[in-house]
Amino acid sequence: MKEREKTPLRASHADLDVLYSPATRELEKFSYENDLSFPGEYPFTRGVQPTMYRGRLWTMRQYAGFGTSRETNKRYKYLLEQGQTGLSVAFDLPTQLGYDSSDKQARGEVGRVGVAIDTIADMEVLFDSIPLDRVTVSMTINSTAAVIFAMYMALAKKRKIPFENLGGTLQNDMLKEYIARGTYIFPPEPSLRLSADILEYCTKHLPKWNPISVSGYHMREAGATAAQEVAFTLSNGIAYLDSAVGRGFPVDSVAPRFSFFFGCHNNFLEEVAKFRAARRLWAKIVREKFNPENPKSAMLRFHTQTDGCTLTAQQPENNIVRVTMQALAAVLGGTQSLHTNSYDEAMGLPTEESVRVALRTQQIIAGESGVADTVDPLAGSYAIESLTNKIEKQASEYIKKIRDMGGAASSISFMKKEIEESAYAYQQAVEKGEITVVGVNKYVSKEGKSKRLLKVSPKTEASQVKFLKRIKSKRDNAAASASLQALEKSAGTNENLVPVIIDCVERYATLGEIVSVLRRTFGEYK
Amino acid sequence: MSPVRILIAKPGLDGHDRGAKIVARALRDAGYEVIYTGIRQTPEMIVATAIQENVRAIGLSILSGAHKTLLPEIVRLLKKNVGGKLAKKITVFAGGIIPTEDITYLKSKGITEVFRPGTTTQAILDFLKRKFG
Repeated sequence: MKEREKTPLRASHADLDVLYSPATRELEKFSYENDLSFPGEYPFTRGVQPTMYRGRLWTMRQYAGFGTSRETNKRYKYLLEQGQTGLSVAFDLPTQLGYDSSDKQARGEVGRVGVAIDTIADMEVLFDSIPLDRVTVSMTINSTAAVIFAMYMALAKKRKIPFENLGGTLQNDMLKEYIARGTYIFPPEPSLRLSADILEYCTKHLPKWNPISVSGYHMREAGATAAQEVAFTLSNGIAYLDSAVGRGFPVDSVAPRFSFFFGCHNNFLEEVAKFRAARRLWAKIVREKFNPENPKSAMLRFHTQTDGCTLTAQQPENNIVRVTMQALAAVLGGTQSLHTNSYDEAMGLPTEESVRVALRTQQIIAGESGVADTVDPLAGSYAIESLTNKIEKQASEYIKKIRDMGGAASSISFMKKEIEESAYAYQQAVEKGEITVVGVNKYVSKEGKSKRLLKVSPKTEASQVKFLKRIKSKRDNAAASASLQALEKSAGTNENLVPVIIDCVERYATLGEIVSVLRRTFGEYK
Repeated sequence: MSPVRILIAKPGLDGHDRGAKIVARALRDAGYEVIYTGIRQTPEMIVATAIQENVRAIGLSILSGAHKTLLPEIVRLLKKNVGGKLAKKITVFAGGIIPTEDITYLKSKGITEVFRPGTTTQAILDFLKRKFG
């Protein structure tokens, strides 16, 4: 009999076998105790909690932000009303790159891919009527993380919320910015110093905060395979942990607060295996390299976002099906929190209607499918365990290679190049029809009427600039300037800059002003 | 005959360069001489590079939603700097997350073609072949 053409996996280079059995090569030395163990126990292959979703469901956290803080605040309240359990802030590009909305560099970009934040006044509106001590907030912010985080803490202070009650996550992962995401400002050294300042500050004052989210998502989106995503993310994680330990932190004071962020692509079995492999590999690396006493130091806790690059602009309703399968893989892989993409995101930002469907997808998986009722239900499947071993093996080969090249910080161009190669190979495979994309290279149909899309008002930029002007005219300019001068002085020393920046934002210094000071001191990465 | 020169550029603050790099490579593989600007280019920088490199076409990749501001600005600057007659000889095309409804507007502002997500590199090559033979 002629074999049916298998689903091509060139996207991942992890070809599936026709049949998996106890005789499969990857399972030769399989041992429940060493390879899996029980959930909540080293090496955490089966999950970081003993009861997983029976104890508490994953956090449903939709990445959201657009226009002004007023509009975004309205969206947050809507999402919370619909049953979302955490917030995740998307900032616009000027905010991510340290430009005020009034800057020439910001033209056309204000409020486009996220919310515009210029001063603490915007932060106040963004979290209006949202209890910061009861909702955890994740912020996708990297180069300007210290400034945005300072605004957040200053806001908490204003509301008399003790810092130790603040829970949430800062992405604060600069290495992947140089490798794939592109929102770098300063050269690597001062960037990593700012990042470590945040880590130190959180360790001392915000015990419930995750000061870093080591991110594979953007590398995957840029074209990395599943194994590359795991390898490059963990390599970056090692670099951050190395640098923290090098600065004198005991590993057990920082490693338990490390968090991670992965994408979830289309190949269902491979993705489930990827999460399990990442967890096991990180546990082994931390134990071998850093020798922690606290078992939590070796736990890989992660957020997942379904991969945006899998969405199609053609027949967009098909994306609901893709996202459902990706979300299911993330849950079966043991994610701690999840963002599900909306079906219209290959065309623009999601509407209230499309984001509701995305959130409902998670709620249906949680409440109706039954998969949340038992821990790591796919464990012991010959296919899943083989793939888990295979991805771990491929990733650890990459990690060794990167280590031999001097670690992640010295391997930025290597990782970049590897990702580019994978992206090009993927595109070619799609064009040759070796990878099926329903509605794009197969089952193409005449395009229907285009869906209603979310519009960011063209007036956003002007109104944001007007608001910024008003805040600047009302503030005590001398106090703001003095705080910026103090920052300039401290930036040249080894002093932790977080308290100094908090001082600036409390005096209504703008994000652009603060970052200009740092640009002058640190220089820019080209 | 020397190969046709094409500039692939990333206007604005957007860092999504997967598409731009893939298109640049596919065009290069097909025999074009391609200059890729890298990310975070202002309209002024793009136009200056296009003039300096004497390109026949500019391909703009943008996923940040700023296309209605930045793309027409590039065409305007191009006309201003080389004159309308010469500017007409430079084909400006674009791709990225651009809603269908914005395409008509962009075309009215001098963008010759807008490629949507899911476009093959072959479709872009076919388009260029029609332009440059």
